[in-house]
Amino acid sequence: MTRLTLTASQTVGPFFHDCLMRTDAACDVLVSDSTEGKRIRVEGRVLDGDRAGVPDAVLEIWQANRHGRYNHPSDERDLPLDPAFTGYGRIATQSDGQFCFTTIKPGAVPFDRRRLQAPHISVAVLGRGLLNHLYTRLYFDDEPLTASDPILQRIPTERRTTLIARRAEGASGREVVYKLDIVLQGANETVFFDIASR
Amino acid sequence: MSTTTIGDIVRGDAEVFPPYLYEAYRSTIRRAPTCALVEVPLTLSELTGPGPVISAVTPEDADLTRNAGTGGEAMGQRIIVTGHVLDGSGAPVKNTLVEVWQANAAGRYIHRRDQWPAPLDPNFLGIGRCHTNDKGEYRFLTVMPGAYPWRNHANAWRPSHIHFSLFGNSWASRLVTQMYFAGDPLLPLDPIFNSSPTERARAAMIAAYAHDVTEPEWALGWRWDIVLDGPDATTFEAPRT
Repeated sequence: MTRLTLTASQTVGPFFHDCLMRTDAACDVLVSDSTEGKRIRVEGRVLDGDRAGVPDAVLEIWQANRHGRYNHPSDERDLPLDPAFTGYGRIATQSDGQFCFTTIKPGAVPFDRRRLQAPHISVAVLGRGLLNHLYTRLYFDDEPLTASDPILQRIPTERRTTLIARRAEGASGREVVYKLDIVLQGANETVFFDIASR
Repeated sequence: MSTTTIGDIVRGDAEVFPPYLYEAYRSTIRRAPTCALVEVPLTLSELTGPGPVISAVTPEDADLTRNAGTGGEAMGQRIIVTGHVLDGSGAPVKNTLVEVWQANAAGRYIHRRDQWPAPLDPNFLGIGRCHTNDKGEYRFLTVMPGAYPWRNHANAWRPSHIHFSLFGNSWASRLVTQMYFAGDPLLPLDPIFNSSPTERARAAMIAAYAHDVTEPEWALGWRWDIVLDGPDATTFEAPRT
């Protein structure tokens, strides 16, 4: 079948904030009081090849709810939707490359009929200097399924840690804090994905 | 364009999408990944996506000539930009969010980091959004964006363009791109536009003047279709057994 020429990606450039980060489009707190699930905060920096913070990047995140259900018509499993949780976030980095968002720990989702994927958050990185956005994922170091996740298994062992957020010591209160940097280039470069499109 | 180092790490169709390293666009040099991408299959995490969960869009959001909230109208040549959002099979991508941003008629963004000496327009924010209709159509009323200088190389000017951000049906269909205008003499000189590797792919980023879109005594028409990657829309509509 003839397929149409896809539209190429181009960088968001440096001037995206007024549009992409307008008040009702930015979202670094994905939860409200009635959202089900354990509150977590994820903190980190986006770093370039010189280990400098990237001040003009955007992270977009997509995740399942606490039951492992995505808020999308293609997820037809008989699991509860949470009306107080979309699973989508959009966060701009600060002047030093820092980012932070508050969400809930997602449930596990299926990989195929037999295997589960470990709880994870899908992440897209957009920014000036990125002609095409980068796809990556964030896993959790305190989830038992992380050790057997089928996507992580595709990654050389020594690079898997670049996707696994570490639970911060001494965290207290309602939120558990996880830390993970996104390194665009160089030592400990984050693993980025190419998604098979069909 | 003189010789430039072009990396071999590309996500998606390598005949369409730019490589991460395209040295002529200098900001790529320290931001492009150097390790091969890891290919992942379409799991439920990629087959789903945020498209359907975003709302709060009003019809006024699609009129950039009047949406600054001042009661005044933006300066510049009024244009209508419209087209279809399609998947790779040609099926319309319905009810998907399209966000746009652009410079004003003088080539200046309202962004605080844009400080070149061109005038700001108090009646122009340069931001808009709409959802596609049941035919996959979007439509914006705006003004022709001006070209503007940047510091990438000596006497560097970006061609007139409008930034587009789209979600599509799934996480795998996310696209941020730029729409250019046919006949712009700056296109052959622009490293961002030319980072797309083939004539066919570059041509697909250029809007065509469309006299049938032009409205008499009102605005010039431009047409531009957008084709998103990812699984086809039919994947999402087929009855399941």
